[in-house]
Amino acid sequence: MTDFFGIPLPAFFGQLVLGLVNGSFYAVLSLGLAVIFGMLNIINFAHGALYMTGAMLAWIGLEYFGIGYWWMLILAPICVGLIGIAIERLMLQWLYKLDHLYGLLLTFGLALMIEGLFRDLYGVAGQPYSIPEEFAGAYNLGFMFLPKYRAWIVVASLTVCLATWYLIEKTRLGAYLRAATENPKLTQAFGINVPLMVMLTYGFGVGLAGFAGVLAAPASQVGPLMGSNLIIIVFAVVVIGGMGSILGSVVTGLGLGIIEGMTKVFWPEASATVVFMIMAVVLMIRPAGLFGREK
Amino acid sequence: MKLKCIALAIATAVPALAQAQISDNAVKIGVLTDMSGAYSDLSGAGAVEAAKMAIEDFKAKEKPGFTIEVVAADHQNKADLSSNKAREWFDRDKVDVITELVTTSTALAVMKVAKEKNKLALISGGASTRITNEDCNDVTVHWTYDTYAVANGTAKAVVQQGGKSWYFITADYAFGHSLEKDSASVVQANGGKVLGAVRHPFPGSDFSSFLLKAQSSGAQVIGLANAGTDTMSSIKQAAEFGVTPKQSLAGLLMFITDIHALGLNTTQNMYLTEAFYWDRNEETRAWSKLFFDRMKKMPTMIQAGMYSAVSHYLKAVKATNSDDTQKVMAQMKKTPVNDFFAKNGTIRDDGRMVHDMYLMHVKKPADSKYAWDYYTVKQTIPAADAFQPLSASRCPLIKKTAS
Repeated sequence: MTDFFGIPLPAFFGQLVLGLVNGSFYAVLSLGLAVIFGMLNIINFAHGALYMTGAMLAWIGLEYFGIGYWWMLILAPICVGLIGIAIERLMLQWLYKLDHLYGLLLTFGLALMIEGLFRDLYGVAGQPYSIPEEFAGAYNLGFMFLPKYRAWIVVASLTVCLATWYLIEKTRLGAYLRAATENPKLTQAFGINVPLMVMLTYGFGVGLAGFAGVLAAPASQVGPLMGSNLIIIVFAVVVIGGMGSILGSVVTGLGLGIIEGMTKVFWPEASATVVFMIMAVVLMIRPAGLFGREK
Repeated sequence: MKLKCIALAIATAVPALAQAQISDNAVKIGVLTDMSGAYSDLSGAGAVEAAKMAIEDFKAKEKPGFTIEVVAADHQNKADLSSNKAREWFDRDKVDVITELVTTSTALAVMKVAKEKNKLALISGGASTRITNEDCNDVTVHWTYDTYAVANGTAKAVVQQGGKSWYFITADYAFGHSLEKDSASVVQANGGKVLGAVRHPFPGSDFSSFLLKAQSSGAQVIGLANAGTDTMSSIKQAAEFGVTPKQSLAGLLMFITDIHALGLNTTQNMYLTEAFYWDRNEETRAWSKLFFDRMKKMPTMIQAGMYSAVSHYLKAVKATNSDDTQKVMAQMKKTPVNDFFAKNGTIRDDGRMVHDMYLMHVKKPADSKYAWDYYTVKQTIPAADAFQPLSASRCPLIKKTAS
């Protein structure tokens, strides 16, 4: 058997693919964070909790209303988006003029409340959510056994990421959004409803988190802690990619997923910290992040 | 004259004797546990409730002349937080005993503080054998189970079923290391061999990489030396990646709440070792139903052990009419533990409470007749064999008595 630095090649490729799967989650989540930070200047700490909410909604839909995976893949992000819009209208909109810290504290508090609510209702052990029938089984890739569902995660995430990028960078709506970020007053003077756009952006950003949550539901136990386990890494991804950079967050998300996967091969104990080590190095060399621009 | 002297002596002595030696005539029990994290389902609010049930039953039956109070706090599975809370409770809040302490690292931290302040620690949730070996002290009792006891039951049973080669997926902290070590020695002692191990960060969410490593090791059995949500995710993802049923999984520390959350479809035919099963006999059923009425779920062994530990402690306080740590501890060691949880349990000098353990076999979905009907009791492991023998003890207190 061929070896790669002492690791059998099949095992190496296997970990590479798994890294890509995890990277897909990082990409979708950090994309949402980047969109929100770019447009609203809010460091959205409630992102992990809303991701968890998406997964819980998928489970609740199936358990209580018999709504299957595919419908929930559309409905749950919309629900999460509506929750986001309510949060933005009722609370966040009063904070834009203040320091970043206030938005961070508010969303952190919200995250604790949302998690606490689900913990109180369902406990931490989590709920089982089975894989949709279409994706039961696995592909035999020769070097590994890849569950079909994991492959779907990569495809779905990348599609959503590309669509978002296209929407913001290549369409008229995206141009308005970017203009509103650059100079809200002037944009408003041109007759564009900036507060409405900001509200929809936040709704869309957290909707992405909800989408990732539904994607994650069949792959892990659906429980109140699933968001907080992930969110700190996702923040590191955003910092490495550059706050507010859309393409940067996607590329960094995938890349770090793969690096983390590799670390699990060579030095499993460090796999939880490797992302933060990279973050420290990147911040020293390029404080604005790999794809960020200094303002 | 002589008589007068004696009378005087008695007269001065009597009030001192009659006066309760329980400080402030109050006993305060602190339940320090994971109220919100990975272990809060198997311990958490249920453990606090079990302590309260023990106090209520004790008050109703023994009518003590002192008041009993319970305080609870979330240690978030963090050792530093636990020792700070322990200091605050002992120094400021006059807590006499701290109980529960799921997560070995928090148990080890609080034991040290208890020793320093000469107060008691009754551990139900913490698992490592370090508690009664390298780190043992004379103010701690390890009540419910330990990594040796569960490894001894489960690993032995699996090896005897033909699972000879093992690979471990281990939670990377004191508990996981201890569970892996204890299980590996049981596997080897029974003629099996260990092919390797991988350590994962605690708590983890994605285990697929580690499972893939275990898969490529070609071991017959993958030993899960972790607990709570980590074990559950490992089992679920093992099925997804086709690791099972080609290789079998051994959950070295599992609780009934884990089985409940995963469902029998995923867990059927697994072996596990527990100190308590609610449906074992009339006595366990009676208590568990009371617990169920309050918590809406059946008790885990940690929660049942909490009841047992708190009851035994309170009985010792009443018998000695004292809350002095050494007096109460001596009384606890002198009296056998007899309740629905343990029959003729005894507390050894290393702090280990020894009692019967049970090897469980998880039922097939079709064999489960009512809610929470999950196990068949395969074997009762008698107290004498269930725990690490004193001859193998690494506890300094034991060496002292031996020499």
